[in-house]
Amino acid sequence: MSLATAIKLGDPTQLPSRRDEDWRWTDLRGLIRQIPPSAEWAEVGEGGPFAAIEAEEFVVSNGHIEGWNAVVSEGPADIARLRVVATEASSNPATVFVTVRAGTSLLLLETYEALADGALTNVALEVEVQAGGRLERVVLAADGPDSVTVSTAKVALGEGAIFAQTVLTSGARRQRLETQVAHPGAFASVRMDGAYLLADKRHADITTVVTHQGVDGTTEQLVKGVVNDQARGVFQGRIVVAHGADRTDARMGHHALILSDKAEVDAKPELLINADDVACAHGNTVGALDEEAIFYARQRGIPEAEARAMLTLAFVEEVIDRIGHDGAREIARAWAHRQLGASDGL
Amino acid sequence: MLSIKNLHASVGGTEILKGLTLDVPAGEVHAIMGPNGAGKSTLSYVLTGREGYEVTKGSATLDGEDLLALAANERAARGVFLSFQYPLEIPGVPALTFIRTALNAQRKARGEPEVAAPAFLKLAREKAAALKIDFDMLKRALNVGFSGGEKKRMEILQMAMLEPRFLILDETDSGLDIDALKIVSEGVNALRSPERGMLVITHYQRLLDHIRPDRVHVLSAGRIVASGGPELALELEREGYDKYARAA
Repeated sequence: MSLATAIKLGDPTQLPSRRDEDWRWTDLRGLIRQIPPSAEWAEVGEGGPFAAIEAEEFVVSNGHIEGWNAVVSEGPADIARLRVVATEASSNPATVFVTVRAGTSLLLLETYEALADGALTNVALEVEVQAGGRLERVVLAADGPDSVTVSTAKVALGEGAIFAQTVLTSGARRQRLETQVAHPGAFASVRMDGAYLLADKRHADITTVVTHQGVDGTTEQLVKGVVNDQARGVFQGRIVVAHGADRTDARMGHHALILSDKAEVDAKPELLINADDVACAHGNTVGALDEEAIFYARQRGIPEAEARAMLTLAFVEEVIDRIGHDGAREIARAWAHRQLGASDGL
Repeated sequence: MLSIKNLHASVGGTEILKGLTLDVPAGEVHAIMGPNGAGKSTLSYVLTGREGYEVTKGSATLDGEDLLALAANERAARGVFLSFQYPLEIPGVPALTFIRTALNAQRKARGEPEVAAPAFLKLAREKAAALKIDFDMLKRALNVGFSGGEKKRMEILQMAMLEPRFLILDETDSGLDIDALKIVSEGVNALRSPERGMLVITHYQRLLDHIRPDRVHVLSAGRIVASGGPELALELEREGYDKYARAA
């Protein structure tokens, strides 16, 4: 069962549903009655959320790519924008290849801009970071409230590669941003961060799988969520340490704030460890803002709404601060400010 | 300055303050002493507007203005400052950011212009040095990972930066060693002025060796049961609270 098959066959019974363990909190089958038709490429203005950063731009428009569907790094500081745009209530399947050549470095600024109601977007990314290469992937999912997006990135790393990812999302009608990393160990390092800031009836699912296949690999992960109104956040994080992948160092943290009685967070952090000599840890918390801290701030003169916004933003900024690229980090910060200011009670 | 009349307050339906009357004129420091459970912390929370504390009777005014009608942050903007017995940790918010946000929120509420960053930083440097606080500490998240003594010094720093008109110190000596106690007390004494009033809430006489009160009151079972000069604190230290517990 997959969205790709369902779109290909035009058959909604092929959609993943609650009965698929990995999709039980992101049910597509129960949501989508009919697979929409495809649409033509539509011209979109250059830029998007990362317009302020000078970069080569790749656009996936209604599932179509003009030119080559591959981003290849060649220098020590390449920057590419990959924008996934939907302007129609159409099915938008696409595959994009990203290759970071040995010893080169790429900043990939990836945005989801499915603004059309009823758009059904499915993007597969095939990513390779060759030995000693460095990829920073910053994903900003700014879909519209009535679109459905599934993005699945499969990442293969070479020896000593560095892969750092930050996925930021304001959700959609239903949205899943999944990353699967094949980690060779071998002094490669992975950072898999994320933040979901959800309001109204939006849904977002951040799913990650990192499989450590060899010795001497590190993975660190910090995902934070803020959910308000009737929104629903999903985090599924799995780190697998294969037999013999000794001296793996893997740390996972997922922390969420629930700001409304009707909001929901579903979290499934998993460490599956099959090696002996490893350092692995995970922490998972879901709670409300600390009311005592709110009173403390008010006692110092800060009005209640401002105190709540300050503490909520500070909670999320820990993720933003870890973004390596200065420009991307500040755009992400401004996005978080807007996102947390936009909803009642935030 | 602060005038409390026949104040009754409950927490979760249980009456804790049972007709408390107290006047602290401007320029004076009054100490409130009392056994555990007498209502000392309840008094500080009722005066500062913490939720969950219900005033059922009586009044509390600051220079004639009804404090009880104001929200917690409005009371702060009017100049009421509480030094917490257990200062809260504010994850992710650097101490400097927190204090500047508070200062400017208070100034805004009073119709005063905001303090610009350079002037604010200069002031913070001066006040931190006086309290022997390493300036780099102010760049860290407020109180997160700080020791008990560091948290109390941070309270006094905030007090010095915000320049409140009326100070309430709730068990400020708890958790302090003798050196920290001296630094904190000096910080408090530096704020004594003819325009300012202070209420020092403490279980032990020790703090009052350093912050000399003008008046001492004994709080027992939700009421002031005795008042006197500084000698009353020494008597309590010698003889304990037993006779007042019985009197209540």
